[in-house]
Amino acid sequence: MTRTTAVVIGAGHAGLAMSRCLTERSIDHVVLDRGEVANSWRTQRWPSMRLLTPNWQTRLPGHDYAGDDPHGYMPVAEVVATLSRYARLISAPVRTATTVRTVCAAPQGFEVHADDGLRCAQAVVLATGACSLPAIPGAADGVPPSITTLTPLTYRDPGRLPAGGVLVVGASATGVQLAGEIHRSGRPVTLAVGEHVRLPRTYRGRDIFWWLRATGLLAERYDQIDDLTRARHLPSPQLIGTPERTTTDLNTLAAQGVRIVGRLGRVTDGVAQFSGSLANTCALADLKMNRFLNRADEWATTSGLDDELRPPHRYAPTRIDPRAPLQIDLTSGEITTVLWATGFRPDHSWLGIPVRDRTGHIRHDGGVVTGAPGLYLLGMPVLRTRASTYIHGAAMDSEALAGHLHDFLSSQRRSHPAASWAGADRHR
Amino acid sequence: MTITDRPVDNGVNVQALLDARGALSAAPEAAQFTWRASCTWRNGTHSQSTVADFTGLGAEQHHRTTYDFDVDHPECFASEDNGATPVEYVLVGLVGCVTAGVAAVAQLRGIQLRSVTATIEGQMNVLGILGADPEVRNGFESILLRFAIDADASREDLEAVIAQSQKRSAVFDIVTNPTKVLVELT
Repeated sequence: MTRTTAVVIGAGHAGLAMSRCLTERSIDHVVLDRGEVANSWRTQRWPSMRLLTPNWQTRLPGHDYAGDDPHGYMPVAEVVATLSRYARLISAPVRTATTVRTVCAAPQGFEVHADDGLRCAQAVVLATGACSLPAIPGAADGVPPSITTLTPLTYRDPGRLPAGGVLVVGASATGVQLAGEIHRSGRPVTLAVGEHVRLPRTYRGRDIFWWLRATGLLAERYDQIDDLTRARHLPSPQLIGTPERTTTDLNTLAAQGVRIVGRLGRVTDGVAQFSGSLANTCALADLKMNRFLNRADEWATTSGLDDELRPPHRYAPTRIDPRAPLQIDLTSGEITTVLWATGFRPDHSWLGIPVRDRTGHIRHDGGVVTGAPGLYLLGMPVLRTRASTYIHGAAMDSEALAGHLHDFLSSQRRSHPAASWAGADRHR
Repeated sequence: MTITDRPVDNGVNVQALLDARGALSAAPEAAQFTWRASCTWRNGTHSQSTVADFTGLGAEQHHRTTYDFDVDHPECFASEDNGATPVEYVLVGLVGCVTAGVAAVAQLRGIQLRSVTATIEGQMNVLGILGADPEVRNGFESILLRFAIDADASREDLEAVIAQSQKRSAVFDIVTNPTKVLVELT
């Protein structure tokens, strides 16, 4: 058994950011990852993927983007390279190829059981991310076995799909990106559209993330959001990062020939049934987009920036094809592949501490896990702000939580001086 | 002169709904409701259905009174027309549900309603129920619900109200999404 003040589980952007923040506070720690640094980015993302956020926004503690394309969107390979470089830059104490089997409570903190042995720690940071597993709806049970099914974690490129039609289920960032990419490969795509967030890539000449930041929306704190559960479950915006900074929405996809249908309800006897609520789903997304654009315009006027920016404008409402089918027979051969772009969920199955609510989510207050002092959660959507979903937001959360962790260790030392770890003693 | 700031009142107890949301989130078993109706065949296509009680909030609940519904088909279907057709009850259910939602969402958003009227139409090709064309479905091909709303609010705000009320409507969900239906003989 080894003793460490803190164990960070996951060496992605969040875990590395936390490592840097702990090092700055001279908190002895180790970062464990089942694979290499940036493992999920390396192995569970399709190669053509790019970040949704522009490069200028891709910041980590003590590290700003220094490349020559601040307004571009980082390809996933560059994300991997950047995180690997960052890990070396900050001398992150990463143990790669070390899978955590269980984390459980111990008299003075936590026991972390990993491939390479047992560690006792006063604090544990869960930084394995929000996208460890695909979230696949119950409708998947009815998909006939003749259909190839994929998730964004297993999809690589359209060339590896069978010939024939592809049903992409889900029209958030992943769904619209992959629907476009697969359709361009010559495989006719049907896109099943549930609740979604429509946003233009750029507005009045600026990236949408410039506006989300400028209007203060991204900085909204978790404890100031009316309906936090809803905010945390909001689908990712329909955005794609391309060198051309193009907007990909349902209208552009439909114009390319993608068939837009309603949310997939069920598959019965091999027949996929789609919701008849498509028109309202799209109306809600259009209204919500326009409310944000109104807020953006008001902010620009108040800030006296109307002369610097291009004039305000609005986008065409989402057009619904009245002939959109309500059902497709998956046994007819028309569709050969179903791709579940229906979101992701975290995998904390190895966490043996009773901190979950009845829906299985870890209860926490801005990343400070409820009922388990010293346990922290990081890298989750709207963890502390609406930006938490993105790399720079997770980095800001790391600063805040590292501060909390530091105070927690100090309070532990005050209340249990005899219980201090050797590692903590060094910092006195 | 006094300025009175009259609070918005659409007759919806929004606070009670918000309280219920909080309370039921904490006690999920109480959120499980069972709605029911009973039906007795009279003659021909005429039946009478009764709605009296339901289960919810962890107990048996009763309507203030018993409600009766005559269901029949019109004379052009060679029936006696003792009541509305079943498909018209579906339309009544849908428009009633979304209209209730309009009042509630407007209240929540501080919009005073002066009048709300709606018409609802369901298009149906009866060759489906007659079994005359296997390509034609039994049910509605489409439903058109039109609202006329008089309120102190912009058109965009009212569009948002009716969009949100559809999003939160049980009958809208029932009509637009598949539901598992089991029919047994006891």
